[in-house]
Amino acid sequence: MQKRLLSTESLTKTYIMGEIHVHALRGVDLSINSGEFIAIMGASGSGKTTFMNLLGCLDKASTGTYILDEIAVHAMSDSELTLIRNEKIGYVFQSFYLLPRTTALENVELPMLYCRKCSLHERHQKAMHALDVVGIKDRAKHFPNQLSGGQQQRVAIARAIVNDPVFLLADEPTGNLDTRTSIEVMAVFQALHKQGKTIILVTHETDIANYADRLITFRDGRIISDKVNPNPRIAADDLKTLPKMDEED
Amino acid sequence: MSIWGIIRIALKSLTRNKTRTFLTMLGIIIGVAAVITMLAIGQGAKKIVEDQVNSMGTNVIMVTTNFSQSSSNVRQAAGSGNLLEVADVTAIRDQVEGVLYASPVFNSWGQMKFEGNNWRTGVMGVDADYFYIRDMKTSSGDLFHASDVESGTKVCVIGKTVADNLFGDVDPVDKIIRIRNIPFTVKGVLTAKGQNVMGSDQDDMVVAPYTTVYTRLLGSHWRNMMVLVSAESKDAIQIVQQDILDLLQSRHRGTTSEQFDVRTQTELADTANSVSNTLTILLASIAGISLLVGGIGIMNIMLVSVTERIKEIGIRMAVGAGKRDVLLQFIIEAVAISIMGGIIGILLGFGAAKIVGNTMKWSIAVTPWSVILSVGFSMAIGIFFGWYPASKAANLNLIDALRYE
Repeated sequence: MQKRLLSTESLTKTYIMGEIHVHALRGVDLSINSGEFIAIMGASGSGKTTFMNLLGCLDKASTGTYILDEIAVHAMSDSELTLIRNEKIGYVFQSFYLLPRTTALENVELPMLYCRKCSLHERHQKAMHALDVVGIKDRAKHFPNQLSGGQQQRVAIARAIVNDPVFLLADEPTGNLDTRTSIEVMAVFQALHKQGKTIILVTHETDIANYADRLITFRDGRIISDKVNPNPRIAADDLKTLPKMDEED
Repeated sequence: MSIWGIIRIALKSLTRNKTRTFLTMLGIIIGVAAVITMLAIGQGAKKIVEDQVNSMGTNVIMVTTNFSQSSSNVRQAAGSGNLLEVADVTAIRDQVEGVLYASPVFNSWGQMKFEGNNWRTGVMGVDADYFYIRDMKTSSGDLFHASDVESGTKVCVIGKTVADNLFGDVDPVDKIIRIRNIPFTVKGVLTAKGQNVMGSDQDDMVVAPYTTVYTRLLGSHWRNMMVLVSAESKDAIQIVQQDILDLLQSRHRGTTSEQFDVRTQTELADTANSVSNTLTILLASIAGISLLVGGIGIMNIMLVSVTERIKEIGIRMAVGAGKRDVLLQFIIEAVAISIMGGIIGILLGFGAAKIVGNTMKWSIAVTPWSVILSVGFSMAIGIFFGWYPASKAANLNLIDALRYE
C-alpha cells in the first residue's frame, strides 16, 4: 500500500475579470500517492495550468480543499505557502527560469538560500550533488547563456530536486526543446522516478505524456479521464534508436 | 532566511550589474561629495574668520568717537569732534574694574626710507600696553617698553611686510629708518599676522610710542584718537564695555552715549560668523538638493530594475522567497548603493576640499559631523527611496511575475 501524498476535493478556481467570471476549474477531485509519475494533459484553456498552479501552491483555490502531505494547504496564509513551496515542491518550467548572469551552481543553490537549514558548505555540497544527479556537474560554473537548452533544463531540474521536495512539478518541461533533447530530459525524469521521486508533469504532447505511468486529461476545468498508462515508453531505450546529434558542446 | 543571506543576495545582484550599480551610485557620490566639500569650505571660512578675530587680540574693546553724532546734530568734519584724550586712557585703566590693559592709538601715515628703499605705510602711536592687548610678539629684536613711551624716544617696531619691502635680506634690528625724514631706530620686527577680517594686511604697519608719534608726526590739527582696551575675561567684557561708556560720559560733561562708540571683538566676530554661517547654509542646501536628486535617481533605477527583474522576482518567490525576503533584498540593494556611494563621495569630498583648501590657502576643516550627517543622510535616502520600488517588487503576484515577458 502506497502512501497518500496529496488529495484535492471539489477544487475550483474562478478568475474575476471585471464583470466576467471565468471558471478555470469547476471542481476537481484527485488523489496522488507517493512515487507516482503522472502526466496531466489537456488543450490550452482546459484548466491544466490553473490546476498545476494550485498544486504547486503558486496560487490559491477559490473553493475546495487541498491536502498535501497531511497539511491543509487551502487554508494557509501567503507566508506559510512560501514555506511549502520552498520545502515540499520542486518546480521545472517550460522556459527554465534560471537567473541570468548567475552560475548553474548558484541557480541550484537558490532554493536553499531561502531556508534556514543549511550552512554554506552544506548548500554547496547538496547543489553539486543535484547537478551530479542530472549529469552536468562539469557545467557548474557556467552561466545559463553558455548552456544549451537541454543543459539549462537539467540545471532547472537540479534546482527542483535540491531541497528534496515531496514531489516535482514540471510545466511543459520539453516545450522549448527539440525532440532528442526532450527525450533526454524525460530520461532524467524517469531516472528520478526510479529513485522514488513523485513527478507531476503537465504537457499537451501525448508523446511526452506517454513516458508517465498515469495519464490525467483535463477539459473545461474538469478531469475527463484518469487512467493508468498500460506500457509507458522508456526514454533511455528511445534514445538509443534516435540518431546521435553533434550538439551539446 | 537570515538577514546575512539576504545581504549576500543583494550584494551579488549588485555586482552582477556593475554599470547600472555605478551609474546609480554616481548621483549619491556627487551629492555626498558636494555636501562634504561645501560644509568643509563653510567651516574653513568660519575658521578663518575666527582666527582673524582672535588675531586682533583677546577680549579686546575698541573705544572711538562717533564723529557724525554731535550734540547739535550738525555733521562735523572728521576729527574735529574727537573728545577722547590720553587722560581718558589712564582713567579707563585705573578706574574701570576688569580692565587689564588700555592704550591710546594714534593713526598716521608716512613715507619710510632706508638707504635707497621707500615704503609708504601707516604709523601707529601706541602705549606699550598695546602689544599685550593685540597679543603681539617679535620675530626678531625687541618690543619697545613703557619707559620709551614716557620719554618719547624715537624707536619703532615694524611689521613683516614693511621689513621685507624696506630691508629685503638685511636684518632691520637696530637700523635707523626715516619716517617723514625723522630718524627712528627699529627695535624689532613683529611676528606676521596675515590679513585681518576686513582683508587688509596686518603686517603692513609701523608701531611707535604714541608720545613720539604725537609730538613728531602728528600735526596739532589731526589728533584722531582711538582707545584699545583689553578686559580680563570674556565674561567681563560686557560690564567693562558699559563701565567705560559711563566713565567717559561722566568725564566729558554734556555728552550722550551715542557720541562714544564702544565696540567689542565679539560683536565683530558675531557679524562675521553670521555671514559665514549664512554662506555655509546656502552652500549646504545647494549640495543637499543634489543629494536629493541623487536619491531620486536611486528610486528611478530601482523602479526600472524592479520592472526589469519581475521574472527574477517570480522565480525567487516560486522557489521559496517570501515577501519579506524580496522587500529586504531590494531595500538592501538601495541602501548598499547609497552607502557605497556615500563612502566614495566622502573620499571624493575630502579630496575636493583639500584641493580647494590648497589652491585658496584656506585651512579647510572636514568635520566629523559632516561625515556622519552625509552617511546618515545617504542611508536614509537609500531606505526612503528604496522602499517604494521594494514594496512594489514584494507585492507582485507570483503567477503574473512568473509569466511576465
